[in-house]
Amino acid sequence: MEPIIELKNICFNYQPEDASPALNDVSFSIERGEWIAIIGHNGSGKSTLAKTINGLLLPASGSISVGGKQLDEENVWDIRRMVGMVFQNPDNQFVGSTVEDDVAFGLENQGVPRDEMVKRVYDALEKVRMDSFADREPARLSGGQKQRVAIAGVVALRPDIIILDEATSMLDPEGREEVIATIRKIKAESNLTVISITHDIDEAANANRILVMKQGQLIDEGTPEKIFSAGTDLIGMGLDLPFPEKLKIALEERGMTVPKEYLTEESMVEWLWTSVLNK
Amino acid sequence: MMNKLIFGRYIPGDSFIHKMDPRAKLLASFYFIAIIFLANNWATFAIFGAFTLGAIAASKINLRFFIRGIRPLLWLILFTVALQMLFTQGGAVYFQWWIFSVTEYGVTNGLFIFCRFVLIIFMSTLLTLTTPPLALSDAIEYLLRPFKVVKLPVHEISLMLSIALRFVPTLMDETEKIMNAQRARGVDFGEGNLVQKMKAVIPLLIPLFVSSFNRAEDLATAMEARGYQGGEGRTKYRILHWQKGDTAVMLIFAVLTAVLIFVRS
Repeated sequence: MEPIIELKNICFNYQPEDASPALNDVSFSIERGEWIAIIGHNGSGKSTLAKTINGLLLPASGSISVGGKQLDEENVWDIRRMVGMVFQNPDNQFVGSTVEDDVAFGLENQGVPRDEMVKRVYDALEKVRMDSFADREPARLSGGQKQRVAIAGVVALRPDIIILDEATSMLDPEGREEVIATIRKIKAESNLTVISITHDIDEAANANRILVMKQGQLIDEGTPEKIFSAGTDLIGMGLDLPFPEKLKIALEERGMTVPKEYLTEESMVEWLWTSVLNK
Repeated sequence: MMNKLIFGRYIPGDSFIHKMDPRAKLLASFYFIAIIFLANNWATFAIFGAFTLGAIAASKINLRFFIRGIRPLLWLILFTVALQMLFTQGGAVYFQWWIFSVTEYGVTNGLFIFCRFVLIIFMSTLLTLTTPPLALSDAIEYLLRPFKVVKLPVHEISLMLSIALRFVPTLMDETEKIMNAQRARGVDFGEGNLVQKMKAVIPLLIPLFVSSFNRAEDLATAMEARGYQGGEGRTKYRILHWQKGDTAVMLIFAVLTAVLIFVRS
């Protein structure tokens, strides 16, 4: 199957005279229906990468193709239709004066007829469980609710790909979980491809594959199990340790021998009770 | 300081006036302000007064709100009334001193102007109290449409208006936050003489300015990512419905005009 997103040797610089480029020779491809997490330190080029995928930033060199189309000035708007983006600040991406206006904004841009628009707006709001807030103003919503509206705005456009550009970083744990659960549900319903840029370890653990960025370069990629088995090196990659890893370190300090490979929470429980019972 | 201002606030309700088409309300309010200058005797002012009170009653909003709406403009009104009273000549003279004289004409003229002010404020308060800002901006967009012929960027104006309205509460919150943050660092707002007061505003104004730029950039990116390419080829989610009631109100205004022309002296 042809990959839905393919980047080849992307370089990007905000200022031409910058010594270290924001993106340096980045290449990867993403299959349809994958959930990809991109992690890395602040300033490692994650957000820049996300913006090059839908043409908000044009790379200095290299090529990008989305859904089989080569990204260039002509079809940038077609590609933006395929790629929905949710940004970090819930306030600054809320264009409409009320929830339903905001969800409709993207549809208005595409010239969708009004009857169809009303249906799709309510459909999308229902999916993110915000349908009872349709006539609310943004000032009267919480951060998590605004972010769910932003997702509804993207879902209503029925894109093939959703990019979450640190979409949960300004939310409290509860709001974060809500937003992730919503995305996961929508992904399961409509075979979306999700690219999530994040510092949040739980969000990264949900992914099929993790890409690790450092100083504008892609330094590692693999399944969460593979990436998380780096143990304490994860902190150097700009990620927190997952809870089982923390537990393993704490146990090791207290003189227990623990398995080397990464354990999910369930396998950690499994290993704990077998090792305790076998003593 | 902000929540005292009743002018420009919206009070939700489900009265007949609330349900009217915003275009009709906007047109009616402008028309009302225009024809109030037809009134030139007590009978016409009585008709206007009764009409306004009727409209207020139909909106089911407490009269108190309207009276509070006058308050910020009270000094302007009193000043104008006083000028009229003191400087208009004609009719019986009640009182005279130097160049000031209170005359019969002056008193009636002053009272007429007072009534005019109050009625205009009542009517415009009625408009803003019963119409959500968003509906008003829709109405303005619709009514500006003919000016497209003279190359007026109507879509851009209305988009600007609706984004501005949507960001008013957000920026108010932010102002409050910055004020508190600066207070916590020792800035005294509203203390000292005029120059000091003005200087104290700078640590509030500059961060607000900078953050508005950041917001603008984020918003522009978000809009572009959602496919905004300008007004061409867009459809509209919001539509306005002109109902029978709106036509009826227009007819009432026509009748009112006829009566006024007949009654005025």
